[in-house]
Amino acid sequence: MLTGAQIALESLIREGVDTIFGYPGGANLWLYRHLPDYPKLHHVLVRHEQGGAHAADGYARSKRGAVGVVFATSGPGALNLVTGLATAYMDSVPVVAITGQVPSTAIGTDSFQESDVIGSTMSVVKHSYLITRVEDIAPTIKEAFHIARTGRPGPVLIDFPKDLQAAVTAFNYPEGPVRRRSYPAPPRPDPAKLRQIAELIKGAKRPVILAGRGVLIARAEEELAELAHQAHIPVGWTLLGTGAFPVTDPMALQMVGFMGAGYTNKAVCDADVLIMIGMRCDDRVTTRLDSFAPRVEHLVHIDIDPAEIGKNVIPHVSVVADAKVALRELNLLVEPKREHQWLTQIDQWKEEHPVRFTNHSGLLQPQEVLEAMYARCEDEAIVLADVGQNQIWAALWFNYGKPGLFLNSGGTGTMGYAFPASMGVKLANPHKTVFCVTGEGGFVMNMQEMATMVENNIDVNVIILNNSSLGMVRQFQDDFYDGVRSAVDLTFTPDFVKLGDAFGMKAMSTDRLEDVGRLLDEAMAHKGPVLLNFNIDPNANVYPIVPLGKGMLDFVEAS
Amino acid sequence: MTQSRLLSVLVDNKPGVLQRVASMIRRRGFNIDSLSVGPTDDDTISRMTITVHVGRQQAEQATKQLAKLIDVITIDDITGLRNVAHELVLVRMHAPPGERTELLNLVDIFRGRIVDVAPSSVIIEVTGSAEKIDNFIELMRPYGIKELARSGVVALVRGDQARIRLMDFAIDGDEPQAELSRLQGVAADTTGTV
Repeated sequence: MLTGAQIALESLIREGVDTIFGYPGGANLWLYRHLPDYPKLHHVLVRHEQGGAHAADGYARSKRGAVGVVFATSGPGALNLVTGLATAYMDSVPVVAITGQVPSTAIGTDSFQESDVIGSTMSVVKHSYLITRVEDIAPTIKEAFHIARTGRPGPVLIDFPKDLQAAVTAFNYPEGPVRRRSYPAPPRPDPAKLRQIAELIKGAKRPVILAGRGVLIARAEEELAELAHQAHIPVGWTLLGTGAFPVTDPMALQMVGFMGAGYTNKAVCDADVLIMIGMRCDDRVTTRLDSFAPRVEHLVHIDIDPAEIGKNVIPHVSVVADAKVALRELNLLVEPKREHQWLTQIDQWKEEHPVRFTNHSGLLQPQEVLEAMYARCEDEAIVLADVGQNQIWAALWFNYGKPGLFLNSGGTGTMGYAFPASMGVKLANPHKTVFCVTGEGGFVMNMQEMATMVENNIDVNVIILNNSSLGMVRQFQDDFYDGVRSAVDLTFTPDFVKLGDAFGMKAMSTDRLEDVGRLLDEAMAHKGPVLLNFNIDPNANVYPIVPLGKGMLDFVEAS
Repeated sequence: MTQSRLLSVLVDNKPGVLQRVASMIRRRGFNIDSLSVGPTDDDTISRMTITVHVGRQQAEQATKQLAKLIDVITIDDITGLRNVAHELVLVRMHAPPGERTELLNLVDIFRGRIVDVAPSSVIIEVTGSAEKIDNFIELMRPYGIKELARSGVVALVRGDQARIRLMDFAIDGDEPQAELSRLQGVAADTTGTV
């Protein structure tokens, strides 16, 4: 006989969990009472529940097959998870959150630290459970992990009343597959549709593939490369699809859309056959919807989630399936093809519209920092980006040659994501170099996690691209809101070297290009977390960019 | 162009399902005209009948987003099919003795019933299509409606064939083995429905 808390911890071990990010409080103390009895479960005490949720997200995003786990107590603890859950939900990241809840007898009485966590998180989780019987704990956890990691992955929340953590029953972890009639496995790709797509590829004169995060989740990068090479199809990607196809490949375009490369947008707008794989095709991809792929004769959409088909753009041919399965079967049908005219045209666009930056000020440019980083690690480091200008710079100026090396909150665009998430990434990948690229604004949003990082000696190189302002918002105000700078000045920001010192975290700062390499070398050689503050040109902007309300071909380039 | 869509949804009979469905419909910006829910012959399954007011493309989105909810077993857009789609209305009518005959005639025409008689009022029950109920209410108005309660639509498609046999939803084994092989790059042999 075990208590509910023990059953939950035993169940986590059965699901292969080794790391938990969490924060204790009144309503989950039985879980913490028994946690030390399970040394296989490494608990990382974060300093804010949001940090815990992001760390669990980073852990799951960067480790094949892993599910991130976060604990929080009831009420405020659980509510602090909401942004982290939303981030994981939009980017399809498998996370299981276990929240303490007031005793089941007290639910609904507005007791201390009670809140309706199931209701508050309903629209940002794939599914959620309120435990009502101690016998349900093990089957619920098993089902929660199954739902989190299968199909289109996503976060699942389990609300766990305190009395049921203490209640006692026999522990039997359910054997065999999870059976739930309302959760069917993803369908196999329809062979007729695949044949149709193979025919379209055969007849295409100007084909383009766009790859989203679905390709990375399905680990379909090799199948994608095979298709591109077999039929000579150029490949672009979404922000979240960065890394699905090597930037250095001759068939590579670049990121598409709002802040994508000009030549990718040109190719998409000229394509006669456009194949979108594992992507949502949101407004950051399409820019103004009617400007997206206007010459396309056959739009093909492959996604595991039927609700993504036809949500934003209506395809002519659609396949609902796992990207790996669909591409593997498609590749068997696609005939080898050599393309010259179209690729020559694209090469010309690449020359006319390279992704580039200019330095008129003589001040340190963010791209120079990223280039120095890339020179030191090539394709071996994992880079997290926060949200804003730093995110786009990190996406465009680091040549990701392998999958899974670039992680960011592409869907919700959660400022403050990268720093706590990088803890999870490093713990999941202890032998990889991890860079957390952030701005001074986003860093400060979750900087309390410096304590967690130092305490656990998590070896992350934190790169603050510090422009003393909310850079992306400042750029928007300059260009699209009459040039009125409003509430974007962050000159009043802590001295990050002193701040690092206060937390016991090695910290360095410079505004000079000639120091960048030395500081990076020192940071990478240091066994432990390092904070590198780079004071960059405060007027550095993201280019190319499509002005708000404009179309894909209206992109503005660096001048 | 928006129109009313009639959705027949089978869901797991679990707490919170109604909120999940309602919350999803609100969050995606669809409008619910009516929603009724009740158990089926299988007490682990409830049927929700939902009327949403949406455009054509939205109708497909609403259906797919609903189908994605883990508690939703199956969803069937039965708009425009040969349906029996009925509502129920209870009306407390002002009806003092001596003024009841005319009212009772109208109730007969609508195949309604008197389900309660009080000294100066009666409760009338009528079932049928939304249009029929609308007409009935309009006819009752001049006689003095004291109180009214009206249900949402419940509907089934006519004919011998059940639209959904739950056998169709036999769960295919996402065996831990199969799942592991998916992660390793070998597809699980899965044959999904829906």
